[in-house]
Amino acid sequence: MRHPRFGRAEPGEEDPNARSQGEVPRPGQTPSQTIGPFFSSALLGRGRDTPAPPGVRGTRIRVEGRVLDGAGDPVSDAMIEVWQANADGRYDHPSDRREDAEVHGDFHGFARLGTDTAGRFRLETVKPGPVPGRGNARQAPHLNLVVFARGLLDHLCTRAYFSDEPEANAADPVLAAVDPPRRDTLIAVLEGARQAPLPLVYRFDIRLQGGGEPVFFEF
Amino acid sequence: MFRPRGADSRPPNRFHAYGSTALRAPSRPAVAIGQTLSETTGPSRLAGVPDTDADLTRNARAGGEPQGERIVVSGRVLDEDGRPVPDTLVEIWQTNAAGRYRHPSDGHDAPLDPDFSGEGRTRTDEEGRYRFLTVKPGAYPWGNHYNAWRPAHIHFSLFGPAWATRLVTQMYFPGDPLLGLDPILRSVPGEAARARLVAAFSLDVTEPGRALGYEWDIVLRGRFDTPPLG
Repeated sequence: MRHPRFGRAEPGEEDPNARSQGEVPRPGQTPSQTIGPFFSSALLGRGRDTPAPPGVRGTRIRVEGRVLDGAGDPVSDAMIEVWQANADGRYDHPSDRREDAEVHGDFHGFARLGTDTAGRFRLETVKPGPVPGRGNARQAPHLNLVVFARGLLDHLCTRAYFSDEPEANAADPVLAAVDPPRRDTLIAVLEGARQAPLPLVYRFDIRLQGGGEPVFFEF
Repeated sequence: MFRPRGADSRPPNRFHAYGSTALRAPSRPAVAIGQTLSETTGPSRLAGVPDTDADLTRNARAGGEPQGERIVVSGRVLDEDGRPVPDTLVEIWQTNAAGRYRHPSDGHDAPLDPDFSGEGRTRTDEEGRYRFLTVKPGAYPWGNHYNAWRPAHIHFSLFGPAWATRLVTQMYFPGDPLLGLDPILRSVPGEAARARLVAAFSLDVTEPGRALGYEWDIVLRGRFDTPPLG
């Protein structure tokens, strides 16, 4: 019996890890499987519902939305994970070594949100700052989102940009890689006036399939 | 920079045999983007976990001991180059020995176990090792098609070093006759990749007189030593 650790191919089966003769095959990646419908008490809660606890520096925002399926029905058993930079555009991670942007106290940048029976989710956080892109590019402020649910064999990766950042969005290299008619699917829309009392409230619906389906990324 | 996702190990969005994909799978292909700090960073300060949370035979006791066959599940979290992934959160959830989740949506007519929640979490050590003590989960019927049964499995959630290495998956048990019938496992395109989701029985991991041992290594995306050009 072959050991699953290395997942080598059976005789006669092409080993997808061996790209060319002489190259040592790498252990293959462990495949993704659906999160299923029964994850909530294991994964949700535990103080991970905001990337930015109250008191963290930055403009308080709320992002509200719904997860809907291809029939327009609410997806009540989804989990959304959020990863974001702080208000200065710095990620709380050892790979972000910039000295021109500070780490902010209790800000950690990660949250998990469940959806309710109406498919609704709500994120309370601070608005992220712009972050470096590839080369000398600068990326517009954005939230990195992944969606997990029964029926999704692999998680779906997307981003939420902000409607009140039109100039930064116009210069964003990731938005530029998206067909112009679909860019709006990646924009969280500010509700009410910009001077409204904090938190600023943005709307970002995620239609998993069909019209208005957001752009999902692979990287 | 992380190596690309393996084509053989990545299930498609739409998989006809798994009915729940029909209305949930995106209809358009994903757009490939280059990795930036947004993808090469990721949650690193997730809250610590109590020691007891890796022992599912003890972490939810209500006066008794969980029913079922005690097992050890352990292994290493590695990247594609065989390097250990240390200090990363590993979360698991599973049915009890009778094939029932402690979850309000689980309508399977099998007994709940008051002494077993089926949830645990731990962090890998400096060699990437993790270890859970639990009971062997049961198979259970589901509504995907006539007489459909999920093989016994344990759900795993891992972060690794970056947003790009996030992985949610399921571990299966060797020799289970349901493996070849399961649309969720069969959604993985490569035969060798499917085999990587099946643990191996291990006498080394087995605790004498107490619990059978299963070994399962998890391989996350590796890094390029030098970023590819372009």
